[in-house]
Amino acid sequence: MSDTVIQNHEPNYLEYKGRYKGIFAWIFSTDHKRIGLLYLYSMLVLFSVAAILGLLMKIELIAPGKTIMDAQTYNSFFTLHGITMIFLIVVPGLPAVFGNFFLPLMIGAKDVAFPKLNLLSWWIYILGAAVALSSQFFGDGPPDTGWTFYAPYSFRTGTNMLPAVTGAFILGFSSIATGINFIVTIHRMRAPGMTWMKMPLFPWALYSTSWIQVLATPIVGVTLLMIVLERTMQIGFFDPALGGDPILYQHLFWIYSHPAVYIMILPAMGVISEIIPTFARKTIFGYKAIVVSTLAIAFVGYFVWGHHMFTSGMSGTALYTFSILTFLVAIPSAIKIFNWVATLHKASIDIQTPFLWALCFLFVFMIGGLSGMVLGALSANVHLHDTAFVVAHFHFIVFGGTGYAFFGALHYWYPKMFGRMYDKGWANIGLAVFFTGFNTLYLPMFYLGMIGMPRRYYDYVEEFHGPNIVSSFGAMLMISGLVIIITNLVRSARKGEIAEADPWKGKTLEWTTASPPTLENFDEIPIVTKLPYDYE
Amino acid sequence: MSNYAHIDEHRDDEGAKIGMWLFIFTELLLFGGLFIVYSVYRYINPEAFHLAAEELDTFTGTVNTVILLVSSMTIAMSISSIQYKNKKLTLILMGLTILLAAVFMVNKYFEWSGKISHGIYPGSPTLMEASQGEILFFGLYYAMTGLHALHIIIGVAFIAYVMRLVVKNEVQHDNFTILENSGLYWHLVDLIWIFLFPLFYLIT
Repeated sequence: MSDTVIQNHEPNYLEYKGRYKGIFAWIFSTDHKRIGLLYLYSMLVLFSVAAILGLLMKIELIAPGKTIMDAQTYNSFFTLHGITMIFLIVVPGLPAVFGNFFLPLMIGAKDVAFPKLNLLSWWIYILGAAVALSSQFFGDGPPDTGWTFYAPYSFRTGTNMLPAVTGAFILGFSSIATGINFIVTIHRMRAPGMTWMKMPLFPWALYSTSWIQVLATPIVGVTLLMIVLERTMQIGFFDPALGGDPILYQHLFWIYSHPAVYIMILPAMGVISEIIPTFARKTIFGYKAIVVSTLAIAFVGYFVWGHHMFTSGMSGTALYTFSILTFLVAIPSAIKIFNWVATLHKASIDIQTPFLWALCFLFVFMIGGLSGMVLGALSANVHLHDTAFVVAHFHFIVFGGTGYAFFGALHYWYPKMFGRMYDKGWANIGLAVFFTGFNTLYLPMFYLGMIGMPRRYYDYVEEFHGPNIVSSFGAMLMISGLVIIITNLVRSARKGEIAEADPWKGKTLEWTTASPPTLENFDEIPIVTKLPYDYE
Repeated sequence: MSNYAHIDEHRDDEGAKIGMWLFIFTELLLFGGLFIVYSVYRYINPEAFHLAAEELDTFTGTVNTVILLVSSMTIAMSISSIQYKNKKLTLILMGLTILLAAVFMVNKYFEWSGKISHGIYPGSPTLMEASQGEILFFGLYYAMTGLHALHIIIGVAFIAYVMRLVVKNEVQHDNFTILENSGLYWHLVDLIWIFLFPLFYLIT
């Protein structure tokens, strides 16, 4: 197979014809690249729906009082927006799409360790999504609890909670399956010569993420199961009338859901750690520090869940402990920021679309991170808890962090995935519109939160009108930017220029294979002798 | 390293076992959530938990513990016998494991139906009149032993599937990782019961 003539005739993974035809060649494929794209397409559809829900909420908030929807519709909109964005897009997002596609390529393997389990995890994902979304269409109206399903409201409300909670429970299995698969793949299938300290940083980030997925998801699984039992059988775990404790629900929920924030952000940091050295044409500064801080975030991230509950009622000792731990977890994140910036120092930077996404990531992630410190401080938190400030903060982290990294990764690896290049001009225009819209949308919400506007309200007093108009205008701008970006990418998949194997002069293993890669990824398993970002 | 092994047919016994162990961790954590809830409510309601636990039949619980321990032994023995190339004995021992699991479930059925006929089940009028601690105790009792029983059923299905592979000679003395994995899973089911038994039946 080492013969280059034969190599050129190997069909790539998009053209490969297997046992099944048409759509079945995709939905029954165990090829990690096709599964990655299945996830990508499913998520783009769901993301568009959830983004439109967000836009509609912002239009509702453009003026006080009822604008386009009533209070109950608004409640169900923010619930569905949250469930879809968190459980269906941001938590599985980067690992399921880019992890699946690029983990084997980056460590020089032909596939993940358990390809069938990988396909099963996509099917479970689709099942979970269908069950969760079915809550909208039958029963006594769409859920209205918000994505956190707080007890006791989640089993008292008359709305259709059962499918939403069950769907989130099912999605946990998909997440666990992907996590187990990646851990085993990284332990067992690295190319010869790729020691742990020669592994690129995106696989490192996936490794930490996978451990969180495996160790944290079961707790939320059983907690959601308890909500299901509570609703169906009156079991009383979280029902004060029967002796249960609703605060215990919050603890169990956040024991998972705070580490889940790191499931969202660690792979995003991994993507940025790939993009920056490639376009800086320089070895990443402090490779080992980034690896250690990745693991540190995953570890410390387990012990900070209480900062979601500062106003719920906890002992003083618990409050101080959770607050100080929250400050500690910022240190490894800051180390990474400094390392990325130091990598750019005296580099000959090639400014391309993915690099611009990475720069924008740094900007919004810093705002998100620093506003997180404000919320981690006990006194400030009491004032800002459940206000628009919190909404702005986590959109800067989750959308600004993970979302920017997702689009950055899409623009970075697009030529490898589809073998074609998108229109760079339109991509940059789209980014500029999106970035302007994003900041116009969320920055006023910091201010609104500080002057006291609560989150999850469809109405507000006249004093809040001005910043809300700005914010709603920003939402429209941001959605226009997204339309430009996605249209450009979809169009270019068929009509874009043919891309070369290594358009960005990247040094990691995925750039050594053809674009798009062949079914088996590599004609010969590569032997690794150098560090991942060797530009000397 | 095994990196060249997967060029044709990927087979990595070590990897499969790592995967199974990771899955077992997730199962332990799944029950871990319930154990936390149990300990919190036991701490709040020591008196009521004591009274409620005396309602449970220690004899049935002990019998079921012995049954599960023996079944763990038979599945472990089946893994040894496949290595000695004794297919028949392997199948007998696996069948015995499934039989013991069935006996466990029958006991469980009588235990539960006994409780239910006394009007003790979640949401029942009798239980709603009891103290809050007792409501929580029996809620936990049904949730935890119920989830455990579900795991017994999954374990039996897994072992039955592997039995079919043994019959078809797809699991043999040089290729028995899946049998080992089904054994690991069965030990997990056993292990969880080892914790459930004292928590509900013995500590009174």
